[in-house]
Amino acid sequence: MYAYDELDRTLINERVSEFRDQVKRRLSGELTEDEFKMLRLQNGVYLQLHAYMFRVAIPYGTLSSRQLRQLAHVARRYDRGYGHFTTRQNIQFNWIKLAELPDALADLAEVGIHAMQTSGNNTRNVTSDQWAGVAPGEIEDPRIWSEILRQYTTLHPEFSFLPRKFKFAITASAHDRAAIKIHDIGLRLHKNAQGETGFEVMVGGGLGRTPFIAKTIRPFVHGSDLLSYVEAIMRVYNQYGRRDNIYKARIKILVHELGIERFAQEVEEEWRQIRDGALKLDDSVVEEIRSRFTYPAYEKLAHMPDELRKAAHDPHFEAWRRNSVFPHKMTGYAIVTLSLKPVGGPPGDATADQMDALADLADKYSFGEIRVGHEQNLALPHVARRDLPTLWKALDKIGLATPNVNLVSDIIACPGLDYCSLANARSIPIAQELTRRFSNHDTANLIGRLHINISGCINACGHHHVGHIGILGVEKNGEEFYQITIGGRADENAQLGSLVGPAVPYAEVADVIEDIVEAYLALRANPDELFVDSVKRLGVEPFRERVYATR
Amino acid sequence: MTSPLEQKKIKITGPSVVTANRTWDGIVVYRTPEQGWSAKLADAAIVRTSDDARVLLAESVADDVGAIGAYIAPVEVRDGGAIKPGNLREQIRSAGVTIGLPVQA
Repeated sequence: MYAYDELDRTLINERVSEFRDQVKRRLSGELTEDEFKMLRLQNGVYLQLHAYMFRVAIPYGTLSSRQLRQLAHVARRYDRGYGHFTTRQNIQFNWIKLAELPDALADLAEVGIHAMQTSGNNTRNVTSDQWAGVAPGEIEDPRIWSEILRQYTTLHPEFSFLPRKFKFAITASAHDRAAIKIHDIGLRLHKNAQGETGFEVMVGGGLGRTPFIAKTIRPFVHGSDLLSYVEAIMRVYNQYGRRDNIYKARIKILVHELGIERFAQEVEEEWRQIRDGALKLDDSVVEEIRSRFTYPAYEKLAHMPDELRKAAHDPHFEAWRRNSVFPHKMTGYAIVTLSLKPVGGPPGDATADQMDALADLADKYSFGEIRVGHEQNLALPHVARRDLPTLWKALDKIGLATPNVNLVSDIIACPGLDYCSLANARSIPIAQELTRRFSNHDTANLIGRLHINISGCINACGHHHVGHIGILGVEKNGEEFYQITIGGRADENAQLGSLVGPAVPYAEVADVIEDIVEAYLALRANPDELFVDSVKRLGVEPFRERVYATR
Repeated sequence: MTSPLEQKKIKITGPSVVTANRTWDGIVVYRTPEQGWSAKLADAAIVRTSDDARVLLAESVADDVGAIGAYIAPVEVRDGGAIKPGNLREQIRSAGVTIGLPVQA
């Protein structure tokens, strides 16, 4: 965990006071909505269909048990007893009252949580691998650099009014769990031929109306140059990014229109002027940040303790262990992913009671730490393998042991038309129906890894373009229709999916997905060939034939 | 500067209401004939011409301490006078989410 210093605490508390005054002036009429809108957005407050929505940042997806309890408290006291974990390591509260928001922010500030820059045309929450610091084979903990970027970008005066929002993601593992290639800037920590640690910098990724996979702008930037190089990119974007058309304002459009070579030249020229200036990161600064992260005092434990050996006879435990327990860098420990995708449930939602109970379990079994992943699941990052059977029983009691992680019912979905003012169609009921259709665990295991991503509009908060199966809600003559894409992926081999065919009506979506999955089972080369690999090998056509032959 | 109301052509093709979200808590509200706001669609002022819609929207937008994001929404007026939302979005805003909430009220 990162420990805030006095500067961090002062900044957050001052922000709460400032926003309290702004809300007071808004409610008295001293500020008009036009004047207030940007202020509320910069504090994560949107207006949705039924109410204000409050988006709270969970930087690089790391939470303490104390922070999770406070999120539960906010859900219970100011909202309707639950929160929604998003695809960018934020949590959203859907029913918050503007008049009570300053109190909610003050309560969150007590535990070092804020909502700064979770909206607006500035740098958003810096996201990372939810397994950061514990994943085997990681180059180093990417949260050190995430935190440096968080501090650098928070209230940055030059980048508080960018042409459009700006998102960073960082990973330090070969397998990308942070979806870095669909971010404005994606950073991959790696070692160069000389054994030095640095970043591959990717730029111009993003989904929405015009999706692009990020392109590598520089294969290696030393850590000491990270901020100056990032600043050079953002300066070029700030200068040339379009402000006349919201649909063409993201950096991905600029990179596309200039071309990556020309864009890189502009960045190099800017960087040449600033790289040896104030943004050069001394090792001492990096070490100071590093020293503020604390790590558990791991015990020396056996890889296969007796408790685990005995529990292996229980098929329900084994089903969960195989699905939800992952290797840890320390022998005798494991990373446990907690599915927030119960059968028939809204993806990513957790109740206040679940959050409180999980905070207790984190204290007992995971050194008080919880992680949030972009797949809208949670994780306990430091669980002793001997504790897995007991933990499983406790998780099962609170509905957090659904053994479907990475399977077909582990669906990413935006809030859709049930909540969102931008949406054209509902997402959650589609996800719920699909989790029911694929609720049989044996069938789901037979299908294997398959990511379904659902967005209720072209803004793509559900990352539908990079779902193995992507579902996009559109509106046609007042009716909900859904476009289906296949073959997308968000990992280190990120790719955009291809359209299967014409959009299908709401009532047929689940049938179509079943048809696609059945086609895959019939066509795959062998049981180890993943859905997304079958699509790559076969193309869209066999799936299109299956879906539309009888429609 | 021309206001957004004047810039935007307002044309309605059937009975309509003005809806918004109440400023202090964000709940869905409808403009009433008494120039106030109500959480009940049944209380909404119904307009049937574009000119009337423009007038109703203008007075609604002017009251941004009361409610924000005002816009014109279509409705159906059934036999007997019952008012129903005119599309799915407005139906969801009026009746609430179409799913069960994780925590029942």
